[in-house]
Amino acid sequence: MKFQIPIGPQHPALKEPISLRMTVEGEVIVDADIRLGYNHRGVEKVAEEKNWTQNLYLSERICGICSHSHSTCYVQGVEKLMDIAPPPRGMYIRYLVSELERVHSHLLWLGVAGHEAGFDSFFMYTWRDREVVMDLLEMITGNRVHYAINAVGGVRRDLDDLQKAKVLEGVKILRERSVYYFRIGASEPSFVARIAGVGVLPLEKAVALCAVGPTARASGWARDVRKEDPYAVYGELEFDVPTADTCDVLGRVVVRVKELLESYKLIEQMIHKLPEGPIAAKVPRKAKPGEVVSRYEAPRGENLHYIKSNGTDKPERLKVRAPTLANYPATVEMLRSGFIADIPLIFAAIDPCICCAERAVVLTSARSGEESIVRLGDLRRQALERHQKAPLKRNAVWPF
Amino acid sequence: MAVLRTLLYLFVYPGLLFLFAYSTFCEWFDRKVFARLQNRMGPTHTGSFGLLQPIADFIKLLAKEDVVPAAADKGLFRVLPAFGLAVVSAAGLLLPVWNFDLAVPSFTSFQGDLIVLLYLLSLPTLIIFLAAWSSTNYFSSIGGARVLTMLFGYEVPLFLAVLSPAILAGSWRLAEIAAFYQAKPLLILPNLLAFAIAVVAVQAKLERCPFDIPHAETEIVGGTFTEFSGKKLALFRLMFDIEMVVSSGLLAAVFLGGFPGGALVGFAHLVVKTLFVIFLLSLIRALTSRIRIDQVVTLAWKYLAPLAVLQLLIIILLKGLLS
Repeated sequence: MKFQIPIGPQHPALKEPISLRMTVEGEVIVDADIRLGYNHRGVEKVAEEKNWTQNLYLSERICGICSHSHSTCYVQGVEKLMDIAPPPRGMYIRYLVSELERVHSHLLWLGVAGHEAGFDSFFMYTWRDREVVMDLLEMITGNRVHYAINAVGGVRRDLDDLQKAKVLEGVKILRERSVYYFRIGASEPSFVARIAGVGVLPLEKAVALCAVGPTARASGWARDVRKEDPYAVYGELEFDVPTADTCDVLGRVVVRVKELLESYKLIEQMIHKLPEGPIAAKVPRKAKPGEVVSRYEAPRGENLHYIKSNGTDKPERLKVRAPTLANYPATVEMLRSGFIADIPLIFAAIDPCICCAERAVVLTSARSGEESIVRLGDLRRQALERHQKAPLKRNAVWPF
Repeated sequence: MAVLRTLLYLFVYPGLLFLFAYSTFCEWFDRKVFARLQNRMGPTHTGSFGLLQPIADFIKLLAKEDVVPAAADKGLFRVLPAFGLAVVSAAGLLLPVWNFDLAVPSFTSFQGDLIVLLYLLSLPTLIIFLAAWSSTNYFSSIGGARVLTMLFGYEVPLFLAVLSPAILAGSWRLAEIAAFYQAKPLLILPNLLAFAIAVVAVQAKLERCPFDIPHAETEIVGGTFTEFSGKKLALFRLMFDIEMVVSSGLLAAVFLGGFPGGALVGFAHLVVKTLFVIFLLSLIRALTSRIRIDQVVTLAWKYLAPLAVLQLLIIILLKGLLS
């Protein structure tokens, strides 16, 4: 018997709203369809109303996990437009926060992968240790989630020796724990049985569907913007791009844990090489007319910001292509095989950040399947009308 | 006097009152152990050490809005939770804790009560399946199908595993099996393999990690219980708690020498032995990740069932040697 089960927009496996419509035959998936647009916030439009500095904080709010990725990607572009170079110390601090963010994002993901597979102990332990890096981030930037460390032309806060020592200390603990998680994640029999051979994405498919980040790297495609187009400080640092050739969720776990270890290496190098000098440069209020594409390797893959300036203090256009969006076509492909039990794992394995990727809303009528694009004002009017027409709800009755 | 004894047996110990109180305690114990293994605190606030938390949860669930889906089979949907609770409570009465005489079989302890107990413990699975099916939700239907698929996996190994100590003891009566191993404690050792198999099978029967497949939250939302809420869900949860107590009691009676020494000393035996079994169950729950439904069937038929048969062979040979 074939039927369609709705995974989302509200579902325990999803932390944000998205709709995966899975056609299943018993336990086996026969087809998958993905619907986006439940979390559109109009960030790009808002960006056109705000000046270069204000947009820094707006772009940070595109995502709650890789907030620094979006703000750094944006600020890189703006600095290029303004033709200024931030001082090296500022650069080092900025990318130090980047790597710490990658560590926190990957640890978070490991826990989520454990939780989706029903391995809650793994989830609890990784999230406990994630607090170490969260504390480091709070110490350096003053915030746990939206660090707001970036400023156009550098960073907002300096690092002192005590903080440097604390970061090194934290990295030592984290490295030890990550090696342990690597052992668990790649060898605990019931967990490996769930992830090995699940969500297979062969290399040629990964290339054809333009997968990015750990999803692409787990298919044996060594794509990393930090390596292939070394921006900022990455040219001066030594690190490897870990890949796996199993092309499945296990490979994605392995790649992410190895990336954690590479990030620790980078953090230590940055702390040791931290140059002296100012942390920020003076910047003009307006940018020259022109356009720029800024690339940045976020924890989830390549992040892309396109910024167009018309010579005023506001961008004419800001276009964000979050890594999750780039991974959706590959996800649909991966979801098309396997069991119902694999859905949360496969979907979680791209580390989806749904609100990052929402750029437009297309309304689909539930009855006819007709698609339409509606203005926000109309949508609001429709919602009010529907609410007024709806029959009165019977109140819940107190049982005693 | 006999009537009073029977009433005491039915309603106080090991009847409803005890089963309710002890199963909530066991839930607390399980939650606490599970939490400590995960480096969490577990229940702390309600009562001392959070002991009253399961009862608080139960009462709170009773007070919640109770929705019956329009498309559901309303009769079945309403009656099944109470029926499930009744079945596991009846199973609890068969545990040989007190009020039995080894020489004289009675309605609580008779030749073949092992089979009846196993049968009563199989019923909840069918009740859950019917409950899932009657709620006509896609997630529930998938959950219900998973419940039955799992049943075909773990039931045979469980029965085979429980048979081997019974064969060695030469009886189908729980009290006699327990008495046999009390007399010859060393003979518990050859049954260890069967004990391990039975613990795994009971874990599957109770639908706990790695076998929480029928209500795998991240896959099929609430699974079998998606449409259940309020009182009905509370009863189902209590059913699982009591089932945990009864099945760990069964394992304790069959594998660990039962509960000797009358009501009071026997009570201490019951608490220690069931908590030991529940501790093992919590340990498995904390240490594994949920496996897939096809892997459960593979595990059961590739490893558990052959091992259980091997255990039976060992026991039969041993029995031949001993006599």
